[in-house]
Amino acid sequence: MAMSDAIADPTRPANPRGLPLQSAFEAAPADNRTGYRSFTAGHFGFRRDGYFAHITWPGGRHQMAIDAFLRALMRDVAWGFFYGTVNFDTVFGTTNYYGEVEMFAGATNEAFIKSGTAYIERFKSDELMRIFKEMIGDWTNEGYDPFAAPMETGAPWGSKNGDNDPAVSRKRVTAKRMVGLPGDTPLRTDASGYPVNRMFADVPQDQPEVYPEPGFEHEVSAFNLFAYLSRSDVTWNPSVCSVVKESLFCPTSEEFILPVEHGNDRPEWFVQLSDEIIWTTKDRDTGAWRAQVVCKAGDVCVMPADVRHQGFSSKRSMLLVWENGSPKIPALIREGKAPNVPVRF
Amino acid sequence: MSDYTTVFGSIDRYERGTVNIVADDPKNYLFSNMFDVAAKSRPYERVAVAKNFEYVIEVARAEGGSPWYAAAHDEFVTCLDHRVEVHLVKLDDPDAAVDPESEGAHRLPELPAGRKMGRVVLGRGHMAILPVGAAYRFEAARPATLMIQSIDGPETVHKWAEICQK
Repeated sequence: MAMSDAIADPTRPANPRGLPLQSAFEAAPADNRTGYRSFTAGHFGFRRDGYFAHITWPGGRHQMAIDAFLRALMRDVAWGFFYGTVNFDTVFGTTNYYGEVEMFAGATNEAFIKSGTAYIERFKSDELMRIFKEMIGDWTNEGYDPFAAPMETGAPWGSKNGDNDPAVSRKRVTAKRMVGLPGDTPLRTDASGYPVNRMFADVPQDQPEVYPEPGFEHEVSAFNLFAYLSRSDVTWNPSVCSVVKESLFCPTSEEFILPVEHGNDRPEWFVQLSDEIIWTTKDRDTGAWRAQVVCKAGDVCVMPADVRHQGFSSKRSMLLVWENGSPKIPALIREGKAPNVPVRF
Repeated sequence: MSDYTTVFGSIDRYERGTVNIVADDPKNYLFSNMFDVAAKSRPYERVAVAKNFEYVIEVARAEGGSPWYAAAHDEFVTCLDHRVEVHLVKLDDPDAAVDPESEGAHRLPELPAGRKMGRVVLGRGHMAILPVGAAYRFEAARPATLMIQSIDGPETVHKWAEICQK
């Protein structure tokens, strides 16, 4: 079914809880002892020390190990709050309403919900993003890359020690049509600063044989996707490699743990291209365990829209994340017309 | 020598994973394996292994020569194991071959008039564009597995109950 007939107003952000928009933001000067700045967004407060990120809100507080917090914050920033809910852990996270975003403590945790202690505030996306970017920039020290696998980067601990702006300000790669086409996203090479990753040293780097007839040199095109992925310098950060209208092939290389529990608001497909990833799925709203999905090379599975998922990859692996980027989907979700599972059989 | 071994599959050598249920239905995960699908399909049967509204990922067993296909939009093919050739022809009148409002790949009864664009030889992991306005066919000397990014169309085969873990 084409989706075009089912839409009301896809541009209007949803506000399902009827929350007021928060507009107070503050970035405090550097702390004399740790050297880090602290931040506030609405009534949420953020402070880091040598080991932890401390999050406060009216009536509550929470802490995360700073490495886990920075890896999660990095994805939320890089993905523009992504699709649906980004759970930094079982307590803190954000939910994207595409133009606006909710930030919460305990809103996807059954114990908080039942006890009435969950706390949520609503922000304009660009305003909250601005403070998140300042936070990731200030709290990331020289030599630490929150996009990198833990074995490939330095430690995030301790007092303020420089920064790593090139790492935390990477732009997500988004091909317009296909990687390697003239005028589109270029191939990755040693010369362009993308060496083959240590765990993909055995991946062949050959390129397809392309024999265009005269006049069709720019239309007959192919590239080695596996070689391209073997040169990715980041983990758990899908980039768009080919586009059929709103169908986006977003392959990525994965190592260690997906830094967030992602509660997508739409079904999300995974195609395991190499090696193995183990996924845990939990109920999107409560965090109750649902399943474990073991994906080996060639496996295909979907994460239903009512789960949150987190992946574990011992060896760096190649994963194709398949997204439908249609701007009409948020309205379909709001109207209950988007299915949790795309196919019933 | 590398300290790590990257594991890819192929139509003749693959290992399936699994869904282990705690409190769910395995059918919700539509879990299949592309090599398993190709190994058990007829040549160039374009089997949907993933569907997202109108969009699909199809898997096809390449073996021998395929029919000619065309679509009213770009498609992309990735070879997942063994060598496959892709032949491309620029159609003189694409709208006559395929309704420009239609979606998905259409099998052409015969190759319509057009100019040869060229050919591409794909190996494992190689992706090629199947551009709008062109007709294409595949050629494989031995069985191979193709993954095609497309839209649900008249050539798409849905046999979820056969391919998915229950």
